[in-house]
Amino acid sequence: MARIIVVTSGKGGVGKTTTSAAIAMGLAKRGHKTAVIDFDVGLRNLDLILGCERRVVYDFINVINGEASLNQALIRDKNCNLLYILPASQTRDKDALTQEGVGKVLDELSKDFEYIVCDSPAGIEKGANLALYFADDAFVVTNPEISSVRDSDRMLGILSSKSRRAERNEEPIKEYLLLTRYDPDRVKLGEMLSLEDVQEILSLDLLGIIPESKSVLSASNAGMPVILDEKSEAGQAYADVVARYLGEKLPHRFIDGKQGFLRRLFGGRK
Amino acid sequence: MSLLDYFRSSKPKTAPLAKERLQILVAHERKFRNQPSYLPQLQKELLDVIRKYVNVDQDAISVNFEQDDNQETLELNIVLPDYQHTNKTINS
Repeated sequence: MARIIVVTSGKGGVGKTTTSAAIAMGLAKRGHKTAVIDFDVGLRNLDLILGCERRVVYDFINVINGEASLNQALIRDKNCNLLYILPASQTRDKDALTQEGVGKVLDELSKDFEYIVCDSPAGIEKGANLALYFADDAFVVTNPEISSVRDSDRMLGILSSKSRRAERNEEPIKEYLLLTRYDPDRVKLGEMLSLEDVQEILSLDLLGIIPESKSVLSASNAGMPVILDEKSEAGQAYADVVARYLGEKLPHRFIDGKQGFLRRLFGGRK
Repeated sequence: MSLLDYFRSSKPKTAPLAKERLQILVAHERKFRNQPSYLPQLQKELLDVIRKYVNVDQDAISVNFEQDDNQETLELNIVLPDYQHTNKTINS
């Protein structure tokens, strides 16, 4: 049986797809056979972040509709042979996703994979609801910014009431916080909500802080998950997140900006 | 942070303001999160019934739904107008 992870946030642009790509790659790199599914039907982007956009032939909706088999639609990652991508359809509309269809695909994947990462679209509509419905664990991606924290809180309400686990009165989805685009220098200046501020409101298990980092854009430019950029702070932060999720006890990093005087002076950030 | 920021030391801190706004908002939204969806309709119909007997304002009725571990409570509060405005009374 696979463990199903949903990467969700409510708000758009906070780093869901970046996170999905990074943690799926991280899990696969550590030897766990992992599938990552793009639930953003009509606006697929996970294929770009993972650099496989030109290899998409069949998609999630084709599989649900029986127009292609799962094996035909799954794309094996070029960097790691334990990572497979199931792209969203770019041409259909969201109604093509059905609870029954998604359930079937997840069941079939569960036989063969250890982890299934569901990359949720923004919003609280069908795609987002189905991405979280079957989940065992939820990674709530949040920016230290008011609208993102509010939307995350809303998402927590949905996770606890509209999931399969909630409907069946099973143990609730395990919710984790991923604080992304964190800028310790701005926190110090009182310009940005701190980790403590966010935790005071959401009080979740913290999986990691991903610092604001130029390497995230570089990685997406190149179609390579940022976790593979081991020199970058964001890459290291995601590697820590995966390790913590798998049960390793690691101290949290990137809470305090440890920048030298010159770097601060010129505003550099790796 | 750039060179200029070093000379602008007295910028107002906005993060505490953000936190305060969020705390108020989130507490408010959580209150409504688990309410049954029929609540607004119930409130409207109750108001209609009461208005048959007493002339009350829209905001004279409050319906509160609360939930803890073992029970759900629906609390209905009706504020009646001053006695001279009506000769009928109603108990809630």
